[in-house]
Amino acid sequence: MAEPFIRIENLTKRFSISAGKRIRKTGFTAVNNVSLNIERGEVFGLVGESGCGKSTLSLLVLRLLEANGGAVYHGDTNILELPRRKMRRIRRDMQIVFQDPYDSLDPRFTLERIMNEPLQIHRWGTGAEREARIDELFAAVSLDKQQLKRYPHQLSGGQRQRLCIARSLALSPGFLVCDEAVSALDVSIQAQILNLLLDLKDEFGLTYLFISHNLAVVKFVSDRIGVMYFGKIVELADTDELFDNVLHPYTAALLSAVPDPDPFSEKKRDILPSGVPSLIDPPGGCAFHPRCKYAGERCARESPELRDAGRGHLVACHRLEC
Amino acid sequence: MEAILKNKFFVIGGGIVLIISLLVLFAPLLTSYDYGAVDLPNKQLPPGAEHIMGTDLYGRDVWCRIIYGGRVSLTVALGSTAVALVVGTMLGALSGYVRGTLDFVLDRVNDVLMAFPMLLFSLVIGVVLGSSMKNMFLSIGIPIIPMFYRIARATAMSVGGRSYVLAARAMGGGRMRVILRHIIPNVLPHTLVILSSAIGGAILAEASLGFLGFGIPQPTPSWGLIANDGKTYMFSHPWTTAFAGAFIALTILGFNLLGDGLRDWLDPKIRTAAKR
Ligand code: SF4
Repeated sequence: MAEPFIRIENLTKRFSISAGKRIRKTGFTAVNNVSLNIERGEVFGLVGESGCGKSTLSLLVLRLLEANGGAVYHGDTNILELPRRKMRRIRRDMQIVFQDPYDSLDPRFTLERIMNEPLQIHRWGTGAEREARIDELFAAVSLDKQQLKRYPHQLSGGQRQRLCIARSLALSPGFLVCDEAVSALDVSIQAQILNLLLDLKDEFGLTYLFISHNLAVVKFVSDRIGVMYFGKIVELADTDELFDNVLHPYTAALLSAVPDPDPFSEKKRDILPSGVPSLIDPPGGCAFHPRCKYAGERCARESPELRDAGRGHLVACHRLEC
Repeated sequence: MEAILKNKFFVIGGGIVLIISLLVLFAPLLTSYDYGAVDLPNKQLPPGAEHIMGTDLYGRDVWCRIIYGGRVSLTVALGSTAVALVVGTMLGALSGYVRGTLDFVLDRVNDVLMAFPMLLFSLVIGVVLGSSMKNMFLSIGIPIIPMFYRIARATAMSVGGRSYVLAARAMGGGRMRVILRHIIPNVLPHTLVILSSAIGGAILAEASLGFLGFGIPQPTPSWGLIANDGKTYMFSHPWTTAFAGAFIALTILGFNLLGDGLRDWLDPKIRTAAKR
């Protein structure tokens, strides 16, 4: 395997909810001791229900939110320890595409200004060079440069997301986080954007952290997949291995929730009992035990460790440790 | 742009403000008197052919004093509102975006400012600073800062959570850059919505101060001062105070209607709702 490009170690983020200054603080742990490696050139998919901490994780990895503990290595540097100036420089190499393209674009900026923003921040090139760069990026995402004088609200949803992608690539980053990057789009457009992302990956040699609640989407783009539940990675494996050999009951439940295209299929669904547990008052032991049909006495008591079950397939579940 | 001309508030309010502005602007063409010229034999005349609004207790032409006085009143109102708009919007944007201790401190200061009755506050500042045009900007402007601050802060909080701000930070954009390029431009339309009503409020504040005898010293007329001049003989010779009062009331009405019209038109919620 190639050397890890992004290495996340024991990353933890707690949020405190304080009602007033003196009152006892309550809080919850949105990301709990997460470690994972992303190799250069791969697409690492991260899947989980909303509220599982995957978006928080994406903000932590880019240091748009300060972590409470752990480290994020970009190559050899732990970016969480970098002083502001050096952090700024490294941001050129780490970019993000958000879920809602409309919310990601300042409504008062023209497309031209939007595209120029990253270039100006990093004092990239001369005016003419910037113009040429923007042409190049627009061509790469198939946007029409006739539209440069327009405003984001004059574009379609798909075009807006193409614009966000073009902007994120302006400074030639090596690493791109796609946080639910297609979830806000029409299904027909989702496929276009996913294919575009995969094409761009080859064209520019990108590495992706691809986050989604949609297992089908993650399966389509990812080389490896991590399944996140309640702030922790509960299962992690190569895409094929994960789908051929599901080990964690939560992953199994997620999988069976993906609609089956064959209406006559006899496949049974594992319906998850509703109700993600309360974040503020989390269940002890394995966080999944109140919803797990295999839950035993040990599951309520102690939290399972993430272990290798062979072929690099990591899973955190007591059922598999016997 | 056509939609706004269908808004009655905007049209009527705008009309009033426009007419008053024109009167004030072209004051020298609209009167042959000198606003300071004392003419004691002709004091306290009722409106007539010579003096369409009569004369005050020193025999000065009231119409002349009112249209010249408008210059002072409007300048004070515009200047003080400008002070409040700039300071309030900047501090509010900073407070709402940066949050934390800075926000806590600024917000408490704002609470204190708001706890004072505006007029009393203006009086205190006026007395401390002394009366001149520039000081009037401050003594009337500072008490209206909270109006702008509160809106700017609330808007900055919501703008600060938008993904485009996160995206700018992800690109490496610093705090100041984000505030100047993204926060303030997106906050400004929201504070501009109350600009017109704030001007109305400032006119009222200036008039009240003048009427109480504080304000720009004689012989420079301002509407509040003119009303004050007529105060002593208000019941026997009501003209001076009545005309000054009418101008004050009409102007405030104009700015408030204009403000309401603008708000209906600019308020993004109403606007998007209308588009759908
Ligand atoms: S550890 Fe226990 S409760 Fe948790 S997933 Fe495994 S079997 Fe279910």
